[in-house]
Amino acid sequence: MMATAGAGVEVRLEDLRRSYAGVTALDGLSLTMAPGELVALLGPSGCGKTTAMRLVAGLEEANSGRVMFGGKDVTGLPANKRDVGMVFQAYSLFPHMTAQQNVAFGLSLHKVGAAEQKKRSGEMLELVGLSKYANRYAHQLSGGQQQRVALARALAIQPTVLLLDEPLSALDAKVRSRLRDEIRRVQLEVGTTTLFVTHDQEEALAIADRVGVMNAGRLEQLDSPVAIYSRPATPFVAEFVGLTNRIPGTVKFGMVEVRGTELPLVQHDTPTGPATALVRPEAVSLASEGDSVPGPLIGTVIAVAFLGATSRVTVDLGDIVVLAQLPTAEASAHPAGTRVRLAIRPDPVLIAREEKAPVEA
Amino acid sequence: MSRSRRIKLQVFRATIFILLGAFFLVPIGTMFEFSTRGNSVTSPRTMEAWAAIFREPDLMKAIGVSLELAVITSVGMLVLLLPTMVWVRLRLPQVHRIVEFLCLLPLTIPAIALVVGVAPLYHWIEINVTDSILILSFVYLIIVLPYSYRALDAGLSAIDIKTLSEAARSLGAGWGTVMFRVIVPNMSTALLNACLLSVAVVLGEFTFAQLLYFENLQVAISYVGLVSAGTSIAVSVASLIFAFMLLMILSFFGRPREREVRGEEMLPGTESRVLPLRNSFIGVPDK
Repeated sequence: MMATAGAGVEVRLEDLRRSYAGVTALDGLSLTMAPGELVALLGPSGCGKTTAMRLVAGLEEANSGRVMFGGKDVTGLPANKRDVGMVFQAYSLFPHMTAQQNVAFGLSLHKVGAAEQKKRSGEMLELVGLSKYANRYAHQLSGGQQQRVALARALAIQPTVLLLDEPLSALDAKVRSRLRDEIRRVQLEVGTTTLFVTHDQEEALAIADRVGVMNAGRLEQLDSPVAIYSRPATPFVAEFVGLTNRIPGTVKFGMVEVRGTELPLVQHDTPTGPATALVRPEAVSLASEGDSVPGPLIGTVIAVAFLGATSRVTVDLGDIVVLAQLPTAEASAHPAGTRVRLAIRPDPVLIAREEKAPVEA
Repeated sequence: MSRSRRIKLQVFRATIFILLGAFFLVPIGTMFEFSTRGNSVTSPRTMEAWAAIFREPDLMKAIGVSLELAVITSVGMLVLLLPTMVWVRLRLPQVHRIVEFLCLLPLTIPAIALVVGVAPLYHWIEINVTDSILILSFVYLIIVLPYSYRALDAGLSAIDIKTLSEAARSLGAGWGTVMFRVIVPNMSTALLNACLLSVAVVLGEFTFAQLLYFENLQVAISYVGLVSAGTSIAVSVASLIFAFMLLMILSFFGRPREREVRGEEMLPGTESRVLPLRNSFIGVPDK
């Protein structure tokens, strides 16, 4: 099999800042990636995730802060001296070269001999399952194949760090899912420390060892995918990752009372008073209510969306609409039009942040 | 597409092709006819005027000088314009419009106004530096800018120069490598176009050379025309044929790659099929 890059190195970003014409794109990002780790930066458009990646790649200069690869400060190095491999969102294969020539391009710049170039580029194409396509030009490859060649090209130079800038976003859903698994397999095989930027939460949660959720140039939370989803540290993370019900209630005595149900708070210092609790659809369960008297958690099913093993049930409570995610067998007992009683599992909940006008960073 | 519609389309294409061909070829044909006439209406056809080209040392010298000027201007244009346009696209997109305006400006200024403007400078250069005709290439560089700019701009727009250069940089390429191994090979057609336009403009240029007292091809033709109309017409036809030959070479170098067949749809082992430009132009049906 191929020669791998061996163990990755630690990558540390220290208080990185970058602004464009007075608009802050990155506001003090600090992040440490363990050797061989795959960290996904997740966030909405304009949150600064791509800026962070470009600073790591050396394609842009930071206003302040440091980038360290394996304890070595590379902040002042230009992109071609940083020893990073990068896969871009846009198709980036050199159109006048075949797949094999593309993969060998970086090797030729690193003064690798012609025979070794051919051998190693062949191994890399084999790694991404495209040996048969070595002599094809970019325009003769599908989007997914082009991105796989781009991955092989980035890995061929045995980079210190692998950077993936939304490499799947131009692909259709089926190819995206397959290539996502492929990237993870290859990354585990070569062991290169990898930074993956995406706005697709499913992608980030599926592929990464840790996910960093970014907002307005800052890192809101950096944790395992499970923790990000089930224990979001901030209201932004709770609302951005996964679906969330926004249910009005009242905070008092360290709890939030939501339509007659008391729920514990994640942030115990939440001020007392009216508030909006953020409740996951999985924390909502349904029971048949028949014709019982109206109550705060009794409503009518208005839609059932089949998602495979689970279904999402939309319930109208009169003043608000609540989503519940249930096993499909259970959801089928509550078709649209039936009256149901909701129950909310007493998981710790976050309180929604104050509404602000969206800020483009 | 139905068969009758396809036939109609082919007839339409052929008609347009014939009309355009006649528009270009009839004047050249009549010029050739004129250049091969004898001294009287009843005289037999003769290539005397063509043979006379090679007996005119001034004319031969002017042809050589004009070709030198064409090469120097083309190289100068590429050296000046290509890195500037690439840099503007990558690093200074905000000045793109200004550069475009400056490059297109010579189109709006009459040649005579430019000559009046540069004449004192040229006289100073002739007295103090050199009186070689090759210094005309400086002013030719200015007059080819609008045409070359458009050709190069089209080439740069056709590729994602930012992503390609960043990909090459991340693989360890310096700016020189990015330029010569990534950008230039991907816009060879645009470079050839820009060069061809420069060559055509320089070979056809008369005003600057005449008013600055240099003898290039067109000035020499006009002088020969005073003595022998047949020879001057023969040189004109020869220069047009030379330009057509360049165009033919360009059409072979610049054949477009097939873009519509993508990996998923291709059967293993199938090769991409490239239709020659001339076939698609005259309406040879795709198989």
